[in-house]
Amino acid sequence: MYLVQFLFLAAFLFCVGMYGVLARRNAVLVLMSIELILNSVNINLVALGAWRGFDELVTAQIFALFVIAIAAAEVGVGLAIVLLIYRNRASVDLNEVAEMKG
Amino acid sequence: MVAQNIVFGILAAVMGIAALRVVTVKNVVHAALYLVLVFAGVAGIFILLASEFVAVVQVLVYIGAIVVLFLFGTMLTRAPIGRADNLDQSGAQRGLGALVALGLLGLLAAILYDAFGESKVEVTQVATSGDIALALFRDYVIPFEVVSILLTAALVGAVVIARRD
Repeated sequence: MYLVQFLFLAAFLFCVGMYGVLARRNAVLVLMSIELILNSVNINLVALGAWRGFDELVTAQIFALFVIAIAAAEVGVGLAIVLLIYRNRASVDLNEVAEMKG
Repeated sequence: MVAQNIVFGILAAVMGIAALRVVTVKNVVHAALYLVLVFAGVAGIFILLASEFVAVVQVLVYIGAIVVLFLFGTMLTRAPIGRADNLDQSGAQRGLGALVALGLLGLLAAILYDAFGESKVEVTQVATSGDIALALFRDYVIPFEVVSILLTAALVGAVVIARRD
C-alpha cells in the first residue's frame, strides 16, 4: 500500500468537509462537515505513523485518540450553542446570525 | 497486499460517495446516516493500518455517541425531518465553495504526490491495545489528564449554555 493513497483520501475528505462548511446554511449540517474534517486529520495521523514505524504508529494512535476526545467535546458545546441560537430565534439558519457582521 | 488494496478501494469509494452525500443531500437525517457510513469507513481504514484500538474507539465514540448527538440536535432544533430546500447557501456561494475546495484538493494532491509519491506503508507489527495503554499511561499521562479536564469543562459548559433559565 502506498502512503499517498491514504493521504489522498484524507485530503479528499478534508476538501469535502470544507465545501460543506462553506455551502451549508443549517448549523447542524455545518457541524457534521467539521466532523468530516476532523476525521481526515485522524486518517493522516495514523497513516503517517504507520509509514514511520511501530513507535510512531503508537504515538500517532494516541494523538488520534486525543483528537477524537476533543471532537466529542466540540460537538457537545457546538450543539449546545446551536440549541441556544434556536431558542432565541426559532431557526438555525446561519445567515440570520449576523449581529457581529460589520 | 493485493487484498489490502482491494479493501482500501472499496472503503475509499464508499467513503467518498457518502461524504459527498453528507454535504449535498437535502435531508438532515439522511446526512447524519451518511455520516455513519463515512465514520465506519474511517474505522475500516484504521484496521487496515493495524490500529485496532483507535478503530474500536472510532466506532464507539463517533457512530455510538456523536451521530446520536447530531440526531438529537436535529430533533431539538426542529429541523425538517423530511426533504427541505433551505439547507444550502445560494448557488453562487456554493459554486465559490466548490471552487475553493477543488483548488485546495488539487494543490494538496500535487504537494502530497511530490513529497510522498514513492513511500510505501508496510505494517510489520500490530499496535495492540496493550501497547497503546502502556504509551498512554507512561509517556502521555499529563496530556491524558488535561483531556479529561477539557471534557469535564466542555460538559459543564454545554449544560450552562443550554440550560433554560
